Amino acid sequence: MELIRFFLERRGEVLSLSLEHLVLVVASTLMAALIAVPLGIVATRRARLGRWILGLANVVQTIPSLALIGFLIPLPILGGIGARTAMVVLVFYALLPIVRNTYTGITGVDPAIRQAALGMGLTDRQLLMRVELPLALPVIFAGLRVATVVSVGVATIAAYIGAGGLGSLIFRGINMLDNRLILAGAIPAALMALGADWGLGRVQRRLTPAGLRTERGSS
Amino acid sequence: MPSETGSSTVLEFDRVSFRVPDGPALVSELTLSVSEGESLMLLGRSGSGKTTTLRLINRLLDPSEGEVRVKGVATTAWDVIRLRRSIGYVIQEVGLFPHLDVERNIGMIPTLEKWERERVSGRVRELLELVGLAPDEFACRFPHELSGGQRQRVGVARALAADPPILLLDEPFGALDQITRIEMQQQFRQLQQRLRKTVVFVTHDIREAFLLGSRIALLEGGRLVANGTPEELRGSEHPEARIFLSSLNA
Repeated sequence: MELIRFFLERRGEVLSLSLEHLVLVVASTLMAALIAVPLGIVATRRARLGRWILGLANVVQTIPSLALIGFLIPLPILGGIGARTAMVVLVFYALLPIVRNTYTGITGVDPAIRQAALGMGLTDRQLLMRVELPLALPVIFAGLRVATVVSVGVATIAAYIGAGGLGSLIFRGINMLDNRLILAGAIPAALMALGADWGLGRVQRRLTPAGLRTERGSS
Repeated sequence: MPSETGSSTVLEFDRVSFRVPDGPALVSELTLSVSEGESLMLLGRSGSGKTTTLRLINRLLDPSEGEVRVKGVATTAWDVIRLRRSIGYVIQEVGLFPHLDVERNIGMIPTLEKWERERVSGRVRELLELVGLAPDEFACRFPHELSGGQRQRVGVARALAADPPILLLDEPFGALDQITRIEMQQQFRQLQQRLRKTVVFVTHDIREAFLLGSRIALLEGGRLVANGTPEELRGSEHPEARIFLSSLNA
């Protein structure tokens, strides 16, 4: 009861920080998609480069997010203190799921379909735009969904370098030994992650062509 | 090269070999020609090089040695997209685009060739009727809403969309049940009598070869071991030919 009162008293702050959080997540995930989808496509076109791209994306994922923030602080342009550095970190973390799903989505297209398309005289570009990407779209979108959910979590850490968002409530709670403050940041963040997962999951199912729904549409 | 009188040569294999890097030759020293309007059946067991031979024609593969010529021009000298669009291609798995309805599947190449929309849909209706599917019923269906036989008909219609003079078929009826297969073979025969395309048809079924071919090329281990009309093949003494012929009476 007391917790609810605490929430209500601060609803303005919680709401504005949630919004800040959301903007950070959406902007960084979109930017990551703009980079990752082309990278994933390139990886399917050039096998050797592809191994490098996927390997590198994997490595980035293994760096602890706090360490990555630490590395970025002294850097010019990309680094420093504030939302920009947080964006860079979030973009980095969102890259892997999107690159990987773009790659597996395209390479997972039935070889018979690709062979028929090439044999009837589609150019590589037409094959990509008219056949491979539409068929890979649900898988690519699943990657986007994972990236978004991960970003909601990682973005709370961004408050450490003054990027704002729900993390600032959590950090303040830790410093003041106030569990209510921690929860005021953690609960909306959890709800945001769940909401993103659910909402994007629905979009993903709608993107799945009817003929593929039973085979790949789920999950 | 003006060799035979009357009919002109559309396809030629001139001492063609194909091997994967560091691998054995899948096709060896193949010399073969196909005249306009002919139905050549490439007959052989699995691994005899039939499919490889077919893919050398539309340049899904390039010969390691020798030259494949389409209308007198080496495939390697053709613009590959132009070459493929002048050759219809049907495979056993059909390879229909699952995210597109029947009309868009069949109309893919005409659309890419920038035909007007009405011309494309007119052509699609014409082709659906040609392969025995009611246009009103089938044009808007998706591949997963079709039976195996219907899919293969759409595959044939799609291959014919831009009216290519040459048609390549890779065991097109191989995955169908017996009854449907016989039905499709009969229909294809009638279709071919009307359209007079130059056809190269891969099969491992000698009955199919006899039914649909004006000429049969028998391959064994990547080599051409017999090449002639069905009657000529019946008289062949080559052991592989005898094995295939004996399966006729089995």
